[in-house]
Amino acid sequence: MYTRRLREFAVLLALALVSSAAFAQAPNLGKPINRAEIAAWDINILPDGAGLPPGSGTPAEGARIYAAKCSLCHGENGKGGPNAPLVGGGPIKDMESEKTIANFWPFATTIFDYIRRAMPWRQPRSLANEEVYALTAYILSLNHLIGENDTMNAQTLPKVRMPNRDGFIIRFPDKL
Amino acid sequence: MTTTPRHRSARELENLEAVAGNGLLHRRAFLRGGAVLAGAMTGYTLAPSASAQQLADDPWSLAPGATVPDYGARSRFEKNVVRTLSNPKAEPRTQHARTPHHLLNGTFTPNGLHFVISHAGDPDIDPDKHRLVIHGLVKQPLVFTLDTLARYPMVSRMTFVECGGNSAPLFSKEPIQASVQALHGLVSCAEWTGVPLSTLLEETGIDPKAKWLIAEGADAPHLSRSVPLTKALDDAMIALYQNGERIMPGNGYPMRLLLPGWEGNMNIKWLRRIQLTDLPGMSFYEARTYAPILPGGKAYQFYFLQEVKSFITHPSPGLVLKGPGFYEISGVAYSGNGRISKVMVSADGGQSWAQAALQEPVHSKAFTRFRVPWRWDGGAAVLQSRAWDDAGSVQPTRAQIVAVRGETARIPPVTGFPSQHYNAITTWAIERSGEVKHVYA
Repeated sequence: MYTRRLREFAVLLALALVSSAAFAQAPNLGKPINRAEIAAWDINILPDGAGLPPGSGTPAEGARIYAAKCSLCHGENGKGGPNAPLVGGGPIKDMESEKTIANFWPFATTIFDYIRRAMPWRQPRSLANEEVYALTAYILSLNHLIGENDTMNAQTLPKVRMPNRDGFIIRFPDKL
Repeated sequence: MTTTPRHRSARELENLEAVAGNGLLHRRAFLRGGAVLAGAMTGYTLAPSASAQQLADDPWSLAPGATVPDYGARSRFEKNVVRTLSNPKAEPRTQHARTPHHLLNGTFTPNGLHFVISHAGDPDIDPDKHRLVIHGLVKQPLVFTLDTLARYPMVSRMTFVECGGNSAPLFSKEPIQASVQALHGLVSCAEWTGVPLSTLLEETGIDPKAKWLIAEGADAPHLSRSVPLTKALDDAMIALYQNGERIMPGNGYPMRLLLPGWEGNMNIKWLRRIQLTDLPGMSFYEARTYAPILPGGKAYQFYFLQEVKSFITHPSPGLVLKGPGFYEISGVAYSGNGRISKVMVSADGGQSWAQAALQEPVHSKAFTRFRVPWRWDGGAAVLQSRAWDDAGSVQPTRAQIVAVRGETARIPPVTGFPSQHYNAITTWAIERSGEVKHVYA
């Protein structure tokens, strides 16, 4: 707690120093922009679910979308193809263990975030939010991390407990 | 720095006193040696006598030359100095272009040879349409055009950018025979010019709840990484220029986030958005990719720092020594912690060490060229370099890094990434033939 407060103080101090230096010369040329104007780019999802849009999807809906838009690269039922498998994975033991969603990813929100920003590889940002929820549900269900009839939405997705959630050591805590 | 060139006889050169095993000379022997030793600096061919050939004018000295181009290109004799490409047909996976360190010298990387990793190709961005948005936990979200950013007070700094996976082939249990380009080609150094991020955050104001920012590119994967706000307010820059000209498309045109000394992937290229947040986003690349697994199965998270490292570029695999005599051993050293304070070089596999000369000025978080004169006796030699930084960090031995991080049980492909953040000593074995091999020692 003490170190956290100290760090907060350091940030404030740095800000104060920046302020005094910058006020004299900052040209103030940035143009104000509002939330509605940013909306199309505002796609970050945080691990607590902040940023998740309205909508929902089920594994069954996701399976249909997956077959049409994902299986070419990731194989039938997520088993892997030219690109990474999305299902399965053995225990993480050493650097040669293959990192998979089920054995490594600490947060389910990353699945939604990454699909929505980067997939399908040739047509990123082409999926509707409902489709992203459905694909996320499908992948989680294939990995038995949710039930096959569970619906994923802004409330349920952040609550999915990923098996490797506590498998990490922060390398340089003093840099955070 | 000026020295008076003066001739030294071969006998005089042979009599220069070695300061470490296998013929390493004092780092200032070159400066004292002048012109004769200078001949050994550029190549691995040292003529026994310079007076044996009859000089004559060549054709290029007997007629006017070519038209000066509007944008210069290097000599046609240098066409072999190129990056190596991991995915030249742009198949649907990451592309890597590696810097040929063994064919370069000095401290910064020419723009066309700067390493590039593009996860879905280089976007073709119209600079007039590009926007940078800063929003989230700020007092006033703002949008900037390239034209407006060009009016801000700028700073320039020499900074290396290194992929967190650079040097990963050295995690192999057996040394992989490959060039320094294949082993260490995912690091480069440039002079970057742009606007301090702190200036723009001052303009937006910062909500006291903000602890992180999430930076995002305008590329197809919309690559995103989370950065602690302390780094953003320390030395982060919105870089607009690379070695004096606009940033290359592969390096983030028209603007990138520059986080000096931190993992390359975090230096978001084609930067279009910065969101201030209370939590890290746990994006694909920080939650999965750049989280190296430790022996036993836990993994490091938020590695961020590129730690102190050095490697010898001359000689290195692919450069063949043409017979015994004088050579310069040289390479690059750098640290994400600050300035390089010392580089030691060994020619006997670490039994004895000579201090290398460091090219001035030594910049923080930038390439520092080190040099040691060497008299090769034609026998087997084992070359190593080891760097220290002014934060007190020392480059580890391979045994030290393997003890903490492990190594592979199988030999991975040279283009593979069994893990990340390898900064231990690299060893080159000089064979009697003059060939250079990658070994562990």
